[in-house]
Amino acid sequence: MGPLIPQDIINPAWSNAIAVLIGMGFGFILESCGFSSSRKLAGVFYGYDFVVLRVFFTAAVTAAVGIFFFNYMGWLDARMLYINPYYINGAIVGGIVMGLGFITGGYCPGTSYCAAAIGKIDAIVFSVFMMVGILLFSLVYPLIENFYNASSKGPVLIYEALGMSPAVFLAIFVVIALVAFIVTSRIEKKVKKVEY
Amino acid sequence: MKPKDSVKPYFNPYFGGILLGGLLLLTFFLTGRGLGASGAAKSTVVATVDKVAPKYAEENHYLGQFLSDDKHPMNDWLVFEVIGVLAGAFLSGALAGRLTFKVEHSPKITSRRRLIFAAIGGLLFGIGSQLGRGCTSGAALTGMAALSLAGFVTMIFIFGTGYVAAYFFRKNWI
Repeated sequence: MGPLIPQDIINPAWSNAIAVLIGMGFGFILESCGFSSSRKLAGVFYGYDFVVLRVFFTAAVTAAVGIFFFNYMGWLDARMLYINPYYINGAIVGGIVMGLGFITGGYCPGTSYCAAAIGKIDAIVFSVFMMVGILLFSLVYPLIENFYNASSKGPVLIYEALGMSPAVFLAIFVVIALVAFIVTSRIEKKVKKVEY
Repeated sequence: MKPKDSVKPYFNPYFGGILLGGLLLLTFFLTGRGLGASGAAKSTVVATVDKVAPKYAEENHYLGQFLSDDKHPMNDWLVFEVIGVLAGAFLSGALAGRLTFKVEHSPKITSRRRLIFAAIGGLLFGIGSQLGRGCTSGAALTGMAALSLAGFVTMIFIFGTGYVAAYFFRKNWI
Protein backbone atom coordinates (compact mmCIF):
# COMPACT_ATOMS: atom_id res chain seq x y z
CA MET A 1 0.00 0.00 0.00
CA GLY A 2 2.49 2.64 1.18
CA PRO A 3 4.47 4.78 0.54
CA LEU A 4 1.45 6.73 -0.65
CA ILE A 5 2.78 9.75 -2.56
CA PRO A 6 5.43 7.92 -4.68
CA GLN A 7 2.69 5.52 -5.82
CA ASP A 8 0.23 8.34 -6.57
CA ILE A 9 -2.24 7.02 -3.97
CA ILE A 10 -2.08 10.57 -2.63
CA ASN A 11 -1.79 13.14 -5.40
CA PRO A 12 1.76 14.61 -5.35
CA ALA A 13 0.11 18.05 -5.57
CA TRP A 14 -0.52 17.65 -1.82
CA SER A 15 3.15 17.03 -1.18
CA ASN A 16 4.10 20.55 -0.07
CA ALA A 17 1.06 20.95 2.19
CA ILE A 18 1.91 17.60 3.79
CA ALA A 19 5.51 18.80 4.17
CA VAL A 20 4.38 21.83 6.18
CA LEU A 21 2.16 19.70 8.44
CA ILE A 22 4.87 17.07 9.04
CA GLY A 23 7.38 19.87 9.69
CA MET A 24 5.02 21.40 12.26
CA GLY A 25 4.88 18.10 14.09
CA PHE A 26 8.67 17.77 13.91
CA GLY A 27 9.27 21.28 15.25
CA PHE A 28 6.62 20.93 17.94
CA ILE A 29 8.05 17.64 19.23
CA LEU A 30 11.69 18.83 19.17
CA GLU A 31 10.87 22.03 21.04
CA SER A 32 8.67 20.19 23.55
CA CYS A 33 11.54 17.77 24.28
CA GLY A 34 13.87 20.67 25.09
CA PHE A 35 15.87 20.56 21.85
CA SER A 36 15.56 24.35 21.60
CA SER A 37 18.13 24.73 24.39
CA SER A 38 21.81 24.39 23.47
CA ARG A 39 22.76 23.83 27.09
CA LYS A 40 20.33 20.93 27.36
CA LEU A 41 21.62 19.46 24.07
CA ALA A 42 25.26 19.79 25.11
CA GLY A 43 24.46 17.81 28.26
CA VAL A 44 24.83 14.61 26.25
CA PHE A 45 28.56 15.34 25.81
CA TYR A 46 29.22 16.12 29.48
CA GLY A 47 26.87 13.64 31.11
CA TYR A 48 24.59 16.08 32.91
CA ASP A 49 21.57 15.59 30.59
CA PHE A 50 21.11 12.68 28.17
CA VAL A 51 17.84 13.92 26.67
CA VAL A 52 19.36 13.91 23.15
CA LEU A 53 20.36 10.26 23.39
CA ARG A 54 16.98 9.24 24.85
CA VAL A 55 14.83 11.03 22.29
CA PHE A 56 17.10 10.25 19.34
CA PHE A 57 17.49 6.52 20.08
CA THR A 58 13.82 6.05 21.04
CA ALA A 59 12.73 7.74 17.81
CA ALA A 60 15.13 5.76 15.60
CA VAL A 61 14.16 2.43 17.19
CA THR A 62 10.42 3.23 17.07
CA ALA A 63 10.56 4.19 13.40
CA ALA A 64 12.84 1.29 12.41
CA VAL A 65 10.67 -1.29 14.19
CA GLY A 66 7.56 0.44 12.79
CA ILE A 67 8.86 0.22 9.22
CA PHE A 68 9.75 -3.47 9.72
CA PHE A 69 6.27 -4.20 11.13
CA PHE A 70 4.43 -2.19 8.44
CA ASN A 71 6.46 -3.99 5.77
CA TYR A 72 5.70 -7.38 7.35
CA MET A 73 1.98 -6.58 7.42
CA GLY A 74 2.10 -5.47 3.78
CA TRP A 75 1.14 -1.88 4.62
CA LEU A 76 4.40 -0.36 3.46
CA ASP A 77 6.83 -1.61 0.83
CA ALA A 78 10.19 -1.06 2.53
CA ARG A 79 12.03 -1.63 -0.76
CA MET A 80 10.53 1.62 -2.08
CA LEU A 81 11.91 3.74 0.76
CA TYR A 82 14.78 6.12 0.11
CA ILE A 83 18.05 4.77 1.54
CA ASN A 84 20.75 7.43 1.76
CA PRO A 85 23.78 6.24 -0.22
CA TYR A 86 26.95 5.43 1.68
CA TYR A 87 29.98 7.49 0.66
CA ILE A 88 32.73 6.48 3.09
CA ASN A 89 34.63 9.79 2.81
CA GLY A 90 31.54 11.95 3.11
CA ALA A 91 29.97 10.07 6.00
CA ILE A 92 33.20 9.99 8.06
CA VAL A 93 34.70 13.42 7.36
CA GLY A 94 31.25 15.05 7.23
CA GLY A 95 30.39 13.39 10.55
CA ILE A 96 33.62 14.64 12.16
CA VAL A 97 33.07 18.22 10.95
CA MET A 98 29.45 18.10 12.14
CA GLY A 99 30.57 16.74 15.52
CA LEU A 100 32.93 19.72 15.90
CA GLY A 101 30.07 22.00 14.87
CA PHE A 102 27.82 20.43 17.50
CA ILE A 103 30.27 20.83 20.39
CA THR A 104 31.20 24.42 19.47
CA GLY A 105 27.78 25.65 18.33
CA GLY A 106 25.57 23.63 20.67
CA TYR A 107 23.00 22.88 17.99
CA CYS A 108 22.47 20.87 14.87
CA PRO A 109 20.50 22.35 11.95
CA GLY A 110 17.02 21.14 12.95
CA THR A 111 17.42 22.10 16.60
CA SER A 112 18.83 25.52 15.65
CA TYR A 113 15.67 26.25 13.66
CA CYS A 114 13.54 25.29 16.69
CA ALA A 115 15.59 27.45 19.05
CA ALA A 116 15.57 30.35 16.57
CA ALA A 117 11.78 30.06 16.37
CA ILE A 118 11.43 30.69 20.12
CA GLY A 119 13.84 33.63 20.09
CA LYS A 120 17.27 32.20 20.92
CA ILE A 121 19.68 34.69 19.35
CA ASP A 122 22.59 32.20 19.47
CA ALA A 123 20.47 29.85 17.33
CA ILE A 124 19.71 32.57 14.80
CA VAL A 125 23.46 33.22 14.51
CA PHE A 126 24.09 29.46 14.18
CA SER A 127 21.49 29.12 11.37
CA VAL A 128 22.81 32.12 9.44
CA PHE A 129 26.41 30.93 9.66
CA MET A 130 25.31 27.47 8.61
CA MET A 131 24.28 29.01 5.29
CA VAL A 132 27.62 30.81 5.13
CA GLY A 133 29.24 27.40 5.66
CA ILE A 134 27.24 25.90 2.81
CA LEU A 135 28.30 28.79 0.55
CA LEU A 136 31.91 28.25 1.60
CA PHE A 137 31.57 24.56 0.79
CA SER A 138 30.36 25.43 -2.72
CA LEU A 139 33.35 27.79 -3.18
CA VAL A 140 35.92 25.11 -2.32
CA TYR A 141 33.91 22.34 -4.00
CA PRO A 142 36.07 22.25 -7.16
CA LEU A 143 39.05 21.34 -4.96
CA ILE A 144 37.29 18.54 -3.09
CA GLU A 145 34.92 17.28 -5.77
CA ASN A 146 36.87 14.06 -6.33
CA PHE A 147 37.16 13.34 -2.63
CA TYR A 148 33.44 14.10 -2.15
CA ASN A 149 32.29 11.74 -4.88
CA ALA A 150 34.83 8.98 -4.25
CA SER A 151 34.24 5.81 -2.25
CA SER A 152 30.59 5.51 -3.18
CA LYS A 153 29.06 2.28 -1.96
CA GLY A 154 25.45 2.98 -2.96
CA PRO A 155 22.41 2.56 -0.71
CA VAL A 156 23.85 -0.07 1.64
CA LEU A 157 21.69 -1.38 4.47
CA ILE A 158 23.44 -1.96 7.76
CA TYR A 159 22.16 -5.49 8.26
CA GLU A 160 23.44 -6.44 4.80
CA ALA A 161 26.84 -4.97 5.62
CA LEU A 162 26.89 -6.98 8.87
CA GLY A 163 25.55 -10.10 7.17
CA MET A 164 22.45 -10.37 9.36
CA SER A 165 18.73 -10.60 8.79
CA PRO A 166 16.82 -7.36 9.46
CA ALA A 167 15.01 -8.95 12.41
CA VAL A 168 18.24 -9.96 14.16
CA PHE A 169 19.74 -6.52 13.61
CA LEU A 170 16.60 -4.81 14.97
CA ALA A 171 16.69 -6.99 18.08
CA ILE A 172 20.34 -6.03 18.69
CA PHE A 173 19.51 -2.37 18.02
CA VAL A 174 16.73 -2.44 20.63
CA VAL A 175 19.01 -4.09 23.20
CA ILE A 176 21.78 -1.52 22.57
CA ALA A 177 19.26 1.30 23.02
CA LEU A 178 17.97 -0.17 26.31
CA VAL A 179 21.49 -0.68 27.67
CA ALA A 180 22.37 2.91 26.66
CA PHE A 181 19.29 4.21 28.51
CA ILE A 182 20.22 2.37 31.71
CA VAL A 183 23.94 3.22 31.63
CA THR A 184 23.37 6.91 30.86
CA SER A 185 20.79 7.22 33.66
CA ARG A 186 23.44 5.98 36.09
CA ILE A 187 26.06 8.37 34.71
CA GLU A 188 23.59 11.26 34.94
CA LYS A 189 23.06 10.58 38.66
CA LYS A 190 26.79 10.70 39.35
CA VAL A 191 27.64 13.80 37.32
CA LYS A 192 27.41 17.17 39.03
CA LYS A 193 24.16 18.94 38.17
CA VAL A 194 24.42 21.90 35.83
CA GLU A 195 21.88 24.66 36.31
CA TYR A 196 20.41 26.11 33.12
CA MET B 1 16.66 23.02 36.33
CA LYS B 2 14.30 25.45 38.00
CA PRO B 3 11.57 26.49 35.60
CA LYS B 4 9.69 29.69 36.26
CA ASP B 5 6.07 29.25 37.36
CA SER B 6 4.72 30.15 33.94
CA VAL B 7 7.06 27.78 32.06
CA LYS B 8 5.68 24.30 31.44
CA PRO B 9 8.05 21.33 31.79
CA TYR B 10 9.46 19.51 28.77
CA PHE B 11 8.02 16.21 27.50
CA ASN B 12 9.29 13.00 29.04
CA PRO B 13 12.13 12.11 26.61
CA TYR B 14 10.92 8.55 25.95
CA PHE B 15 7.40 9.84 25.26
CA GLY B 16 8.88 12.50 22.97
CA GLY B 17 11.04 9.90 21.26
CA ILE B 18 8.06 7.64 20.56
CA LEU B 19 6.13 10.62 19.14
CA LEU B 20 9.11 11.56 16.95
CA GLY B 21 9.56 7.95 15.82
CA GLY B 22 5.84 7.74 15.01
CA LEU B 23 6.08 10.95 12.99
CA LEU B 24 9.12 9.61 11.15
CA LEU B 25 7.26 6.37 10.36
CA LEU B 26 4.27 8.40 9.11
CA THR B 27 6.60 10.49 6.95
CA PHE B 28 8.08 7.34 5.38
CA PHE B 29 4.58 5.93 4.90
CA LEU B 30 3.37 9.07 3.13
CA THR B 31 6.43 10.25 1.19
CA GLY B 32 8.82 7.29 1.01
CA ARG B 33 11.55 9.42 2.61
CA GLY B 34 12.24 10.73 6.07
CA LEU B 35 12.74 14.06 7.78
CA GLY B 36 15.49 16.62 7.15
CA ALA B 37 16.78 20.04 8.09
CA SER B 38 20.04 21.16 6.45
CA GLY B 39 18.58 20.66 2.95
CA ALA B 40 16.37 23.72 3.38
CA ALA B 41 19.41 25.87 4.23
CA LYS B 42 21.14 24.53 1.14
CA SER B 43 18.11 25.40 -1.03
CA THR B 44 18.14 28.91 0.45
CA VAL B 45 21.82 29.32 -0.41
CA VAL B 46 21.25 27.98 -3.95
CA ALA B 47 18.30 30.35 -4.48
CA THR B 48 20.16 33.36 -3.06
CA VAL B 49 23.31 32.82 -5.13
CA ASP B 50 21.14 32.20 -8.20
CA LYS B 51 19.48 35.59 -7.59
CA VAL B 52 22.67 37.54 -6.87
CA ALA B 53 25.05 35.87 -9.31
CA PRO B 54 23.08 33.58 -11.63
CA LYS B 55 26.02 32.87 -13.92
CA TYR B 56 28.23 31.81 -11.03
CA ALA B 57 25.47 29.61 -9.54
CA GLU B 58 25.00 27.82 -12.83
CA GLU B 59 28.70 27.28 -13.40
CA ASN B 60 29.50 26.16 -9.86
CA HIS B 61 29.61 22.37 -9.95
CA TYR B 62 27.99 22.06 -6.54
CA LEU B 63 25.23 24.68 -6.66
CA GLY B 64 24.57 24.09 -10.35
CA GLN B 65 23.32 20.55 -9.80
CA PHE B 66 20.41 21.88 -7.70
CA LEU B 67 19.25 24.31 -10.39
CA SER B 68 16.78 23.37 -13.10
CA ASP B 69 14.74 25.39 -15.57
CA ASP B 70 11.35 24.09 -14.56
CA LYS B 71 11.65 24.25 -10.77
CA HIS B 72 12.65 27.10 -8.49
CA PRO B 73 15.26 25.97 -5.90
CA MET B 74 12.94 27.02 -3.06
CA ASN B 75 10.18 24.79 -4.42
CA ASP B 76 11.55 21.88 -2.45
CA TRP B 77 9.94 19.45 0.01
CA LEU B 78 12.43 20.23 2.77
CA VAL B 79 11.90 24.00 2.46
CA PHE B 80 8.18 23.49 3.12
CA GLU B 81 8.97 21.05 5.92
CA VAL B 82 11.28 23.57 7.61
CA ILE B 83 8.64 26.32 7.35
CA GLY B 84 6.50 23.87 9.32
CA VAL B 85 9.35 23.21 11.80
CA LEU B 86 9.62 26.93 12.56
CA ALA B 87 5.84 27.20 13.02
CA GLY B 88 5.61 24.05 15.13
CA ALA B 89 8.51 25.01 17.40
CA PHE B 90 7.06 28.52 17.82
CA LEU B 91 3.69 27.04 18.74
CA SER B 92 5.24 24.68 21.28
CA GLY B 93 7.33 27.50 22.75
CA ALA B 94 4.28 29.79 22.92
CA LEU B 95 2.10 27.17 24.65
CA ALA B 96 4.86 26.38 27.16
CA GLY B 97 5.77 30.01 27.87
CA ARG B 98 9.27 29.75 26.43
CA LEU B 99 9.19 32.60 23.90
CA THR B 100 11.95 35.07 24.82
CA PHE B 101 14.68 36.84 22.91
CA LYS B 102 17.91 35.83 24.61
CA VAL B 103 21.41 34.49 24.18
CA GLU B 104 21.51 31.26 26.15
CA HIS B 105 24.92 30.58 27.66
CA SER B 106 26.71 29.26 30.71
CA PRO B 107 27.13 31.90 33.45
CA LYS B 108 30.89 31.32 33.17
CA ILE B 109 31.09 32.79 29.67
CA THR B 110 29.93 36.04 28.07
CA SER B 111 27.15 36.38 25.48
CA ARG B 112 29.80 37.54 23.05
CA ARG B 113 31.80 34.34 23.47
CA ARG B 114 28.66 32.25 23.10
CA LEU B 115 27.72 34.02 19.86
CA ILE B 116 31.22 33.62 18.41
CA PHE B 117 31.11 29.88 19.12
CA ALA B 118 27.56 29.62 17.75
CA ALA B 119 28.85 31.20 14.52
CA ILE B 120 31.81 28.78 14.35
CA GLY B 121 29.50 25.83 15.02
CA GLY B 122 27.04 26.95 12.37
CA LEU B 123 29.83 27.36 9.85
CA LEU B 124 31.19 23.87 10.58
CA PHE B 125 27.73 22.27 10.49
CA GLY B 126 27.06 23.96 7.15
CA ILE B 127 30.23 22.47 5.69
CA GLY B 128 29.86 19.08 7.40
CA SER B 129 26.24 18.59 6.37
CA GLN B 130 27.19 19.04 2.72
CA LEU B 131 30.12 16.62 3.02
CA GLY B 132 27.90 14.11 4.80
CA ARG B 133 25.00 14.63 2.38
CA GLY B 134 22.67 15.46 5.24
CA CYS B 135 22.73 16.38 8.92
CA THR B 136 21.64 14.84 12.19
CA SER B 137 18.03 14.73 10.94
CA GLY B 138 18.32 13.76 7.30
CA ALA B 139 21.43 11.57 7.34
CA ALA B 140 21.71 10.24 10.89
CA LEU B 141 18.18 9.93 12.37
CA THR B 142 16.33 9.19 9.12
CA GLY B 143 19.14 6.94 7.93
CA MET B 144 19.09 4.94 11.16
CA ALA B 145 15.31 4.52 10.95
CA ALA B 146 15.66 3.16 7.41
CA LEU B 147 18.59 1.01 8.66
CA SER B 148 21.02 2.57 6.19
CA LEU B 149 24.71 2.06 6.85
CA ALA B 150 25.35 5.73 6.00
CA GLY B 151 22.93 6.75 8.78
CA PHE B 152 24.70 4.72 11.46
CA VAL B 153 28.21 5.73 10.36
CA THR B 154 27.29 9.43 10.22
CA MET B 155 25.66 9.24 13.66
CA ILE B 156 28.70 7.51 15.19
CA PHE B 157 31.09 10.10 13.77
CA ILE B 158 28.96 13.11 14.77
CA PHE B 159 28.56 12.02 18.38
CA GLY B 160 31.95 10.30 18.62
CA THR B 161 33.71 13.52 17.56
CA GLY B 162 31.53 15.47 19.99
CA TYR B 163 32.73 13.27 22.86
CA VAL B 164 36.39 13.40 21.78
CA ALA B 165 36.32 17.20 21.44
CA ALA B 166 34.09 17.86 24.50
CA TYR B 167 37.06 18.17 26.86
CA PHE B 168 38.53 21.10 24.92
CA PHE B 169 35.29 23.08 24.92
CA ARG B 170 34.13 22.26 28.44
CA LYS B 171 34.51 25.84 29.63
CA ASN B 172 31.71 26.88 27.29
CA TRP B 173 29.21 24.45 28.79
CA ILE B 174 30.08 23.34 32.33
